[in-house]
Amino acid sequence: MVPELGSFSLILALLLCVILGTLPIIGASTNNVLWMSLARPLSAGVFVFVGLALAILAYAFVTDDFSVQFVAQHSNSLLPMRYKFTAVWGGHEGSFLLWTFMLTGWMVAVSIYSNSMPLDFSSRVLGILGMLCFSYLLFMLATSNPFDRVVPLPPADGADLNSALQDFGFIVHPPTLYMGYVGFSVVFAFAVAALLSGRLDSAWARWCRPWANISWAILTIGIALGSWWAYYELGWGGWWAWDPVENPPLITWLFGTALIHSLAVTEKRGVFKSWTIMLAILAFSGSLLGTFITRSGLLTSVHAFASDPSRGFFILGILAVAIGGSLILFAIRAPMLKSDFSFDLVSREIFLLVNNVILVVSAASVFLGTLFPMVYQAVTDDLISIGPPYFNLIFVPLMILLVIFVGIGPISRWKKTSVSFLIKQLTKVALASIAIGVALPLVILMEFSLPATIAMALAAWIVLGMVKDIANKTANKPDLITGLRSLSYSYYGMQAAHFGIALMVTGVALTSYFSTEKSVLLDAGQSIDVGSYVFTLEGSSQVRGPNYVGDEVAMSVTKADVPIATLLPQRRIYIATGTPSTEMAIDAGFLRDLFVTLGEQKESGAWSMTIYVKPFIRWIWLGAIFMAFGGSLAAADKRYRKLKKRAEDKALINAAEALQPVS
Amino acid sequence: MKPHRRKKLGIILFIAAGLSVAAGVTLFALSQNINMFFTPTQVADGEVQLGTHFRIGGMVKEGSVVRSGDSLEVKFVTTDFVSDVPIQYEGILPDLFREGQGIVAEGQVDVAGVFQASRVLAKHDENYMSPEVKAAMDAAGASAENQRNYGGESNGT
Repeated sequence: MVPELGSFSLILALLLCVILGTLPIIGASTNNVLWMSLARPLSAGVFVFVGLALAILAYAFVTDDFSVQFVAQHSNSLLPMRYKFTAVWGGHEGSFLLWTFMLTGWMVAVSIYSNSMPLDFSSRVLGILGMLCFSYLLFMLATSNPFDRVVPLPPADGADLNSALQDFGFIVHPPTLYMGYVGFSVVFAFAVAALLSGRLDSAWARWCRPWANISWAILTIGIALGSWWAYYELGWGGWWAWDPVENPPLITWLFGTALIHSLAVTEKRGVFKSWTIMLAILAFSGSLLGTFITRSGLLTSVHAFASDPSRGFFILGILAVAIGGSLILFAIRAPMLKSDFSFDLVSREIFLLVNNVILVVSAASVFLGTLFPMVYQAVTDDLISIGPPYFNLIFVPLMILLVIFVGIGPISRWKKTSVSFLIKQLTKVALASIAIGVALPLVILMEFSLPATIAMALAAWIVLGMVKDIANKTANKPDLITGLRSLSYSYYGMQAAHFGIALMVTGVALTSYFSTEKSVLLDAGQSIDVGSYVFTLEGSSQVRGPNYVGDEVAMSVTKADVPIATLLPQRRIYIATGTPSTEMAIDAGFLRDLFVTLGEQKESGAWSMTIYVKPFIRWIWLGAIFMAFGGSLAAADKRYRKLKKRAEDKALINAAEALQPVS
Repeated sequence: MKPHRRKKLGIILFIAAGLSVAAGVTLFALSQNINMFFTPTQVADGEVQLGTHFRIGGMVKEGSVVRSGDSLEVKFVTTDFVSDVPIQYEGILPDLFREGQGIVAEGQVDVAGVFQASRVLAKHDENYMSPEVKAAMDAAGASAENQRNYGGESNGT
C-alpha cells in the first residue's frame, strides 16, 4: 500500500506542475496577479509531493520491501543501513527521482529568494521550471516508475546493490552532481524568462548571477567528488578517464564557467547580452545531454544504466522541445537585445570574450569527441571509440592558453586598457613565473621536464598576477588591512577560484609526469622499490564484512628505513551476487599518495598487485575546493543582498517597467 | 563604415578565425585517434591491417585462460562462437573478468596472430553487457540460446 502512495504523490506533483507550467506564465503576459501569485505555493506543493515520493522510496528500501521491483533489484537484506538508504539513487528509476527532487528543491529556493524580482518575472521563472518538472515527472511515470511492483510473487531477497557502489563516494557524489547539474535549469529558466519578457539588463544579470555561481560551485564539487571516487574505487590510479559520461558534466561545467564570466560582463557593462543567454541555454543543454547519454544506453561506460529505447526516445523528445523551443525563442527575441560596443579592442571585455571563446571551443571539442562514436555508428554501422589521446591533444593546449588569459584578465581594466600598461604590470610577473617554473620542479622533484616547467610557470603566473593585482588595488589605501577590507566578496571569490586553477594545474601536471607505477608479484616477506619508497608484503589474512568475505594483504612502506605507513588492500566477494571487488589501500598525503591495488593470489601463494606513487594528486581536488569556495563567496557578495532592500522600495516601479520590453 | 561597426566586425572575424582554426585542429586530432572495433571473425578474416591499434570484443572462451605462475602474464582466447582470437595481456585483469563473460580488449595483433592487449575491459556488472560486446555477438550470428546463456540484457545499473 505504501509504495502506491508514492506513485500517487508523483501523480499529484505532475498535476500541480500542469498548473504551475501554464497559469503563472499566462498570468505574467496578461498581467493577472492572481495567476502569477499561484507560482510560489504551487512550487512548494510540487516540492512536498516529490519529496514525499522520495521519502516513501527510501522507506521501501529501509524496510526491505522487495515487492517493489526497484528495491528488489538494488538492495538486499544484508546491505548495511547507510547503503540501503542511499540505494535510492543506485539505479535509473530512483536516481531520476532524486534528479527531479533536486529540481523541485531549486524551485522552492527560487520562490523563497525571489523577493527582489518583480512578480511577473519570478512567475515566469517558476513556470518554466514547472514545465521542466512536468516533463521529468511524465517521463518517470510513463517509462520508469520506481514504485512498480514485482508481479505476481515478490522475491525472498533482493539482488543487492552493485558492489562498486557500496562506498562513501556513492553517498555524496550523485546528489552533489545532480544538484549542480539541475541548478543550471534555474539559470536556463532565467534566460527563457528574460527572452519572454524582453527584460535583459544589468538588474537581470544581478538576479541571475548568484544562482549561476552557486550551481557552478556545486557542480565543481560534484565533478571533483566523482573524480576522487573513481581514483580510489576503480583501482587504476587515474583521476580522469574522458569517459563518455564524465564528459557531459565537464561540458556543462565549461559552458557554466563561460556563463559566469559572461554574466559578469552583462552585469557590469550591459554588453554580451544575447551571448549570455546563449550560454545559459548551452549549459542547460549539456546537463540534459548528460541525462540522455547515461539513461539511453547509447554508450559503453561505467555509468551506463540498462538500455531501454523508449526511455532514450522520451529524453530525446524532452531535449528537442526544451532546447529547440528555447533556441527558436532566442532566434525571435535576440535581435532586440542590443548591446553597445562601447569598449576598446584591448579591454577587460575583450579578455573575457577570449576566455569565453576558449571555453566554448573546449566544450565543443569534448562534445565532438564524446558524440562522434555514436554518430559514426549510426552512419557507417561500425563501432569506434575515441581515446584519451584525442582529448589530451585538444584540451591541454586550450587550457594553457586559457591560463595565460587568467593572469591578464583581472589586471586589465573595463572599457580600455593600454597595452603599455599591461606590459608594465606584467613583465616582472612573467619573468618571475618563468624562473619559478624552471626552479621549482628541480627543487621538489630533482628532475627536469618541460611539461612540468610549463605547468609550474603557468601556476606561478596566476598566483603572482593575483598578488600584483591585490597590491595595485590596495596601494592607495592608508594600510594593507584597510585596503584588503575594502575589496568586495566577489573580488575575493574570483581570486580564490583562480587560485584554485593554479593548484589544479600544478596537481595535474605533477601527477601526470612524475607518477611511478609498478605491477608486481610478491611473496610474503618480499620487498620492492617504487620511487624512493620500499614496499614490503608482510602477510595476508581473511576478512569478513556484513555482506562480503575477502582477503586482506598487509603492506608496510618505508622510506630511507623510516616506516611511513601500513597499507591494507583487500579483494572482496559480495555474498548476494558473487561479484568480486577490489578495495584499494591509499596512504594520502599533501605532497604524495601511496596507492596499492590487489590482484589475485597465484598458486605459489604470491600476490599480484599494482603499486603507485602519485605526487601532488590531492592538489587537483584541493583546487576544485578553492574554485567552489570562490564561486560561493562571489554569490554571497553584499550587492546581491542589498538588492533585496532596494527592490522592496522599487517593487512597484519595477512591475510597471517590466511590462514593456527593455532593450 | 562606422567605427563601432568596424570594431564589431573585427571581433566577429577574430572569433570566426579562432573557431575555424580550432575546428581544423580538432578534426585532425579526431582522425588521428579513432580506435576501430572488430569482432574475432573480422580479425580472423584478416580485415585488420598489421600494426593497427584497435579494440576487439567477444566472450572469454571457457577453459582458455592460462595464467603464468611467476609473472602477471595472462593468455586467453576470445570468441564470437564463429572464430577465435588468442589474446595476451600483462597486468591485473578487471574484477569481473571471467571465463564465459564478455570483454573488450585494446591493442594490436602481432606477427604470430596473437592480440597483444594493452588494456582489458570486462563488462561492468552481472546484468550489463556492453553494446560493443553485444554487437560482436549479433554480428557473428550467435544463437539466441547462446546469448541467453551468456547473460543478455536485463534491468539494472
